[in-house]
Amino acid sequence: MKLAISAKGMDLDSQVDPRFGRAAYLLFVDSDTLAFEYVDNAANVNAFKGAGIQTATILSDRGAEVLLTGHCGPNAFKVLAAAKIKVACNVSGTVRDAVRSYVEGKLTFVTNANVEGQW
Amino acid sequence: MIISIASGKGGTGKTTVATNLAVSIESGVEILDCDVEEPNAHLFLHPVIEHKESVAVVVPEVDEEKCTLCGKCAEICQFKAIVVLGKTVLTFPEMCHSCGGCFEVCSENALSETGRLVGTVEKGHRNGLDFVHGRLRVGEAMSPPLISKVRSFARPGMLTIIDAPPGTSCPVIAAIKGTDFVMMVTEPTPFGLHDLKLGVEAVKLLGIPCGLVINRSDIGDDKVREYAEQEDLPILMEIPFDRKIAEAYSRGELIVEVMPEWKEKFLGLYDQIKELAGREEARG
Repeated sequence: MKLAISAKGMDLDSQVDPRFGRAAYLLFVDSDTLAFEYVDNAANVNAFKGAGIQTATILSDRGAEVLLTGHCGPNAFKVLAAAKIKVACNVSGTVRDAVRSYVEGKLTFVTNANVEGQW
Repeated sequence: MIISIASGKGGTGKTTVATNLAVSIESGVEILDCDVEEPNAHLFLHPVIEHKESVAVVVPEVDEEKCTLCGKCAEICQFKAIVVLGKTVLTFPEMCHSCGGCFEVCSENALSETGRLVGTVEKGHRNGLDFVHGRLRVGEAMSPPLISKVRSFARPGMLTIIDAPPGTSCPVIAAIKGTDFVMMVTEPTPFGLHDLKLGVEAVKLLGIPCGLVINRSDIGDDKVREYAEQEDLPILMEIPFDRKIAEAYSRGELIVEVMPEWKEKFLGLYDQIKELAGREEARG
C-alpha cells in the first residue's frame, strides 16, 4: 500500500507535520517494504490560497492510496475523496510510528474533514 | 464628491460620523454603508427600504462531456478553484475570484458561467437622504464584489458618503479607492494610533487627501495628535467621551437628534472637507 504522510523532515524519523496542505514535506512510503521518497512541499507552505487543494493533487498524481496526517480541511478532503484516498487524521509522533500504527490497524479513517477551512 | 470614512481600528466611530454628517447636510446626499460584513448605519438612520437585489459573482461549471482534461484551467487559476484529478475536474466555487481566466483558456468550450451568491444590496431612503447598504451572505469570505455593487449605486452630482469597513485589507481598499476624500476616525489610544498609522499608509498609497476625526478625544494620551502633526494630517473634529452621546448611540439615535447643537459642528466638518478636497483638485 502506498502511504502519504505529512512530515516536518525528509525521512522516516521525522515528526508527522500536523498541517496537511502546508506540511513542510510529503513522504510517500511503501507500507510493506518501508521504501520511501519525499517531496519538498515549500511551494504550498508559502501558497497564497488553496494549499490543501494543491497538496491533495500531488498525492493523487503520485498514486497515494492512504494519507496519514494531523489536520485535514474541507477543500483538501474534497480532492482526496474524489481521488479515493483514505484519510487518517490526528496522527502524531514520527513517520515510522505512524506507518507502524497503520500496519497494525490502529488508525481509523475519517469520513469528513476534521478542521474548518481557513481564509 | 465622494467622501469615504475609514479608521484602521474598528469601533472608533465611523458610522457615528458618517450618519451624523449625512443627516446634518440634509439634501443632495446619499449614504452607502460599505461595511457589508456588519452593516449598521441603518440602525441609526431607520431608512425605508424600497428595493432589494441579490448579488452573485461568476464562477465556472464544467461540462464533463466536452472537457478533454487538458488542465489549462487549473494551471491558470491562481486560487486553486479548479483542479483536474485523474478523469474528473473539481471546482471550488468559494475559492474563485471570478477573474475569468479559465473561460479564456478553455479551447473546448467546456466551461459555462454559473453564479455564486455573495449577498444582497438594499436601497431606500430617510426623508431626503438616499440610503444603500450591502449584506454579505453568511459564510461568504469575499466582500469586495458586494462592496463594488453597493458603490455602483452612487449617483453623479450627489454628495456620496461611504461608511467603509475597518482594517486596511481588500474590503477597505474596495470602499475607499477612487473617492475624493478619506476621513479617518480614530481614538487617542495606543491601539487607535497603531491601526490609524496602517490606515494612513494605505490612503497615502492611493493618493487620496485625508483628514482626522478624533472620537472620545478626552481619553487616552496625546500620541495621536503628535502623529497627526508629524504627518501633516489635519484634525477636523474632536468628539468628547460624553455620556449623552453614548446613551444616544445605545438607543440607535443620532447625536444631532439628541444634541442639535452638533449639527453646526458636522456642517463645519463638511466645509473643511470641501476645502481640503478642492485644494487637492486645484493642485491636480
